[in-house]
Amino acid sequence: MKKSVLILATLALAASWQIAPAADVTGKVTLKGTPPPEKEIVFDGTCGPMNPTPVTTRHYVVGKDNGLRNVFVYVSKGCEGKTYPVPKEAVELDQSKCMYQPYVLGMMVGQTLKIKNSDTCMHNVHALPLAADGAEGFNIPQGAGQENDKTFTHPEVLVKFQCEVHNWMFAYIGVVSNPYFAITDENGNFKIPNLPPGDYTLTAYHLKTHGKTSTGVSQAIKVAGDKAVTANFTVEVPPPAP
Amino acid sequence: MSLATESAPADNPALRRFALATAAATFALVWAGGLVTSHGAGLAVPDWPNTYGYNLFFFPFSKWLGGIFFEHTHRLIASGVGLLTTILALWLFGRKSRPLLRWGGALLLLAGLLALFLNPQSTGRSPMEDDLMLLAVGAAALAGSFVWPKCEPSPKWLRRLGVLAFFAVVAQGVLGGLRVTLLKDQLGIFHATLAQLFFVLMSAIALFHTAFWRNLPAQAEGGAKRLRCFFLAATLLILAQLALGATMRHQHAGLAIPDFPAAYGKIWPDTGPASVLRYNQQRIEVEGYAPITAFQIVLQMVHRLAAGIIFLMVGACAWLARRQLGPQHRLSRLASGWLLLIVAQIFLGAATIWTGKTADIATAHVACGALSLALGGLISIISFRGLAAPAGRHCPAQDSLISPGQIG
Repeated sequence: MKKSVLILATLALAASWQIAPAADVTGKVTLKGTPPPEKEIVFDGTCGPMNPTPVTTRHYVVGKDNGLRNVFVYVSKGCEGKTYPVPKEAVELDQSKCMYQPYVLGMMVGQTLKIKNSDTCMHNVHALPLAADGAEGFNIPQGAGQENDKTFTHPEVLVKFQCEVHNWMFAYIGVVSNPYFAITDENGNFKIPNLPPGDYTLTAYHLKTHGKTSTGVSQAIKVAGDKAVTANFTVEVPPPAP
Repeated sequence: MSLATESAPADNPALRRFALATAAATFALVWAGGLVTSHGAGLAVPDWPNTYGYNLFFFPFSKWLGGIFFEHTHRLIASGVGLLTTILALWLFGRKSRPLLRWGGALLLLAGLLALFLNPQSTGRSPMEDDLMLLAVGAAALAGSFVWPKCEPSPKWLRRLGVLAFFAVVAQGVLGGLRVTLLKDQLGIFHATLAQLFFVLMSAIALFHTAFWRNLPAQAEGGAKRLRCFFLAATLLILAQLALGATMRHQHAGLAIPDFPAAYGKIWPDTGPASVLRYNQQRIEVEGYAPITAFQIVLQMVHRLAAGIIFLMVGACAWLARRQLGPQHRLSRLASGWLLLIVAQIFLGAATIWTGKTADIATAHVACGALSLALGGLISIISFRGLAAPAGRHCPAQDSLISPGQIG
């Protein structure tokens, strides 16, 4: 009897979770201005043969209609005091052809970060979080095919990763306390699914454009029911000083 | 105790050559250390004292790739300099070192044998390699004790310098290791600055073994005190400048100002938040540099200003030396050489910026800085002895402090 009640209660809870209204937040980040040209990476003797075609830096990756890639978009206000289940799935940072893939990714505090080395050569993964005085920083070697799991217990946008063997390899991870974040695609588009009703501040942060002293550009959004919300951002790169 | 009143070491050609070789190896080490930072490879080997779990000397050559090559080579040269410094320190004690070598070597040999026999099932490769190294060092020390020079110990002050060098090289190694294991850039600044001071020390020890030093007469010159102070002040300023340079390099932010002689097109760049943001937005770094800050821009401006002051001071030293001691005087010639070195150093600093901080140019800048400091240190030491007028001693009226033939 007790078991049946428990099952029914669980099903009811699950059903209420499913039917709770939530909306998708979509939008686009557009770059205004002309960024300086990217530079071609000069690989060493080990990594060069893995990259027969030229590879450039990824500071400003601009797509269709000036859409800006690799912008970290997240709910920066409105989720305080709430706790969210940490996804069981790990996020993956791969080292492939002597480059980090992806260049920017996001994860929740406490979520597992799987760091992979798909290359045949050795890499060093150096994480440089600034939160908690960098207490969660590490510098670990990875041989071919090796994997390591790591987690962060402090939110930080963005934590820098770099390979200490190959100094052109670096990537960034946005670590946040809620699951509402996204990275813009090649055309600057993003989608944050299932944001519950409420008032929020949505922030778009692009490291190169906003720098370390800025938190990015923000706008207030209101989610009511399951009505989709659109939020577009424009970030600007001014011309160099005369 | 004044060096002028202390006894000079006896002529020992082998020891002199060895001291010179140790100083030269130290210079090579400074160069290798500069390469490590210039290539951003300071953390390419994440463990210490081991190298990727191997004993340093057993790390396979096939793995010396990318930044590992620079960091591992630096560690190997550092080990060599450590060994040379240890031998030099022991040599300064002459025959007195023989028992220490014999018993110390025997103890190390025994410890190595015990470690091998008592722990034959060592799981990692490093313990076995460490035991073998212990064994090898012990055996070498024991064997060396039988052929150790029977020379008399050097003067006490020189022996003390040898001991100081030994502890300095150990401290330097530990600092370098802690910088790796603690992931603290700040330690790198101290590591780089101590390296420069250590090079001065080794150069000075080499100088003290030359005939030049032994034959250096004490001679009072008009205005000598002022000249000595100029030499010393310029040398200390160079030391401060090198510490500043080390601070800039260990920020790992690339070039805080990308143009020279202007700075972002101005005499003094704007360091307001909006300007710094714009500078960062326009920087396209291939390496994983951190964004630059206003502090780093100011640091580079101070470095530039200090370079100008050093140029003027060393120029004044060269001019004063020629005026007071004559153009043929050894100190005048050395001071002129010093000025040339400073000019070369300024050019290398400018070239570092013009080439976008190319690793080889930036490293040459570090190495030339080390030479500038060492030469300044040696000139100061020579002037404090050579231009001193010991109480009660007659000052011979010589035009030249030392004749050319006295250089050892």
